[in-house]
Amino acid sequence: MSTARYTVGIDLGTTHCVLAAVDLTASDGDEVVERIELIPQLTAPGAVEERPMLPSFLYLPHPDELRPEDRVLPWGEPPFVVGELARAMGSRTPIRLVSSAKSWLCHPGVDRRAAILPVEAPEEVGQISPLQASIRYLEHLRAAWDHQHPDAPLIEQDVVLTVPASFDPAARELTAEAAEAVGLRHLVLLEEPQAALYHWVLATREGWRKQVQLGDIILVIDLGGGTADFSLIAVTERDGSLELVRVAVGEHILLGGDNMDLALAHTVRAKLAEQGIQLDPWQLQGLTHGCRSAKETLLSHGEVEAVPVVVPSRGSKLIGGTLRTELTRDEVSHTLMEGFFPIVEAAARPAARARAALTKLGLPYAQDAAMTRHLAAFLGRQVEATRHLSGFEGRLPEHASFLHPTAVLFNGGVFKAPPLLERTLTVLNGWLATEDAPPARLLEGSDLDLAVALGAAYYGYVRRGRGVRIRGGTAKSYYVGVESAMPAVPGMEPPIEALCIAPFGMEEGTQAELPPQEVGLVVGEPVRFRFFGSSVRRTDQVGAVLEQWTADEVEELEEIEATLPAEDRQPGEVVPVRLHAAVTEVGTLRLEAVPREGGEAWKVEFDVRGEH
Amino acid sequence: MNDSPLSFLNRLILALRAFGRILIDEGFAAGVLRLEGGAAALAPVTAEPTRPVLKETSPDSALQLLALLQQEGRFVDFLQENVTAYSDTEIGGAARVVHEGCCKVVRDYLRIQPVREEAEGVRLTVPAGFDPTAVRLTGNVVGQPPFTGTLMHRGWRVAEIKLPKVAEGHDVQVLAPAEVEL
Repeated sequence: MSTARYTVGIDLGTTHCVLAAVDLTASDGDEVVERIELIPQLTAPGAVEERPMLPSFLYLPHPDELRPEDRVLPWGEPPFVVGELARAMGSRTPIRLVSSAKSWLCHPGVDRRAAILPVEAPEEVGQISPLQASIRYLEHLRAAWDHQHPDAPLIEQDVVLTVPASFDPAARELTAEAAEAVGLRHLVLLEEPQAALYHWVLATREGWRKQVQLGDIILVIDLGGGTADFSLIAVTERDGSLELVRVAVGEHILLGGDNMDLALAHTVRAKLAEQGIQLDPWQLQGLTHGCRSAKETLLSHGEVEAVPVVVPSRGSKLIGGTLRTELTRDEVSHTLMEGFFPIVEAAARPAARARAALTKLGLPYAQDAAMTRHLAAFLGRQVEATRHLSGFEGRLPEHASFLHPTAVLFNGGVFKAPPLLERTLTVLNGWLATEDAPPARLLEGSDLDLAVALGAAYYGYVRRGRGVRIRGGTAKSYYVGVESAMPAVPGMEPPIEALCIAPFGMEEGTQAELPPQEVGLVVGEPVRFRFFGSSVRRTDQVGAVLEQWTADEVEELEEIEATLPAEDRQPGEVVPVRLHAAVTEVGTLRLEAVPREGGEAWKVEFDVRGEH
Repeated sequence: MNDSPLSFLNRLILALRAFGRILIDEGFAAGVLRLEGGAAALAPVTAEPTRPVLKETSPDSALQLLALLQQEGRFVDFLQENVTAYSDTEIGGAARVVHEGCCKVVRDYLRIQPVREEAEGVRLTVPAGFDPTAVRLTGNVVGQPPFTGTLMHRGWRVAEIKLPKVAEGHDVQVLAPAEVEL
């Protein structure tokens, strides 16, 4: 253990970053002193303010756009802008704005170390990579922390950095790499829905043991600004005391609160267009902003039927140029409730439209906006999640078509509107009722925007042995593709088999066994393997070979790549190696190629340069 | 000067304009102070021997607040417009922008509390040694404290103000930059 004075939680979000800390010297047992750390940032040229959230935006200004004194932070004047001012400037000049860097970080179609952001930037704007953008945000957070804690620099504290539960091994590794680049030495990664649950445990001050019981299955729904993330956490028992085990995580879904505000703005824009009023992009931005606050008013005050929305003029003539319209209850209900939270059956699945040919570089946004259908798909796919868990035998009826959660914890800014939370719970309880299961209880969360960072800081404290830990390990089993030993048929690709190299549920700091099968690496040449993961095959052991599988069961990930340096071997020689998996202390998956004769093992890279 | 009675809207606009001008124009502010203190009219300020207790306030934070009100609530745009040319509906639409934005500024940067927590209209007692800056006695002001009277206005005080830090050399006189789209 380090000599840390604090455990620090960092929520490196798609739209916001939050920094929280537990003061170890002031905390003891259940007495935990935790707080949100304010983050100084530019809010206007030359104006610095401390705010609890740092918008995850980076602006690359033109050399003449800001004078050095207008971008002064308490710790220096970096040549770029991060935070509130970046967002404000980017709304007027999008070609210089980097946003959603986190979604790019887990976009398998691109090289995440290549300078590709902002995507639309003209040549003279020095683009940066998704990895660099993450490093910039972390640098800002580190500088903010060090400024406020000059005698306890961040690199000496225990840092917990959160990632979506659905991040693949490559995205997790890139996140850890960004943290390493900033100098964070005492680092662990934590899944965001788990962080939200840790915050709930913290908020109950150990009263959680009275609120759940053996056999409970807690569904965590984390709907942030840009992503939807689901996890299932089972309440088990060991040595007579309750334990928490994360049994399943959902797929990566790019769907969040920003989509909802934008959808409302487009509804209103269409209404204005009918009156012959066209909006420019700047006005649409103002409209989106107006719709967001109108939505919150409509959703939290049941008696209001319509809220005026005004789009300010761009010029100084405010009165003449301002457009006035309104957002009605019906529109919100139709756009949000029916568009994002429709009442569907448990058997519903998200529509997967065939993607148009790859016309331009973009993020793989969810094709179906219906959050409830994504949730149905998740629970349906995970129906077996507790089958082999002790204490859960026979709890789920034989005929169940989906896993039955018994409690739900909501997190993320979207659920600040209570009707969206209630609708989700109603839909879920409707599914449960059709299978004669009792309704799921609502676990009262709090601080929907800040819970993940606070929970992460608390997890750092728990890791020191002072509270309940959520167990679970890796949420997938992993496979490499090997050509099967079938006789070759001309004109047909040899069939691929999937060789299991890492079983489900590997804990941090553990190693998998060496598989008996060997694969050949060509000395001096990069060799690629197809790589697969399964979030449902919980019992496959290392060395197991799958001859066939369904797309729902095993998902193909990015290819992985190994290069064996020539050194004392002949280039071109084929060396038999075995692929060895381990989960590092940080929480990333590590693959190595181990030659038969022993000797040094070679790292297998997840993040191969995108060639899609 | 037009002496016809002013409508509520006109008075609201006058109040907003006066607010802005008080912040930036010291002479005007002094005049309002005199007027509000009971002076009959806005007579030109005669040169009085300046007393050493009066100090110059730095205009920086006033300008900063005004810039924030403009940035969030288009306050200066609103004040600079000739409202007589528009209908109340049009003015109302713009007033929403101003109200919402300015409220946000007040909420984010200032903590404003009533001076007296009692409901307006109740009778209350003002003890001896009260602060005349915070409580103003009006009407039949005679006799010795404690005074008993009716609370006409609760008063407002700023419990806390936290403006953004400004970089050395940043020109606070620019309330809103001119925008040129390329």
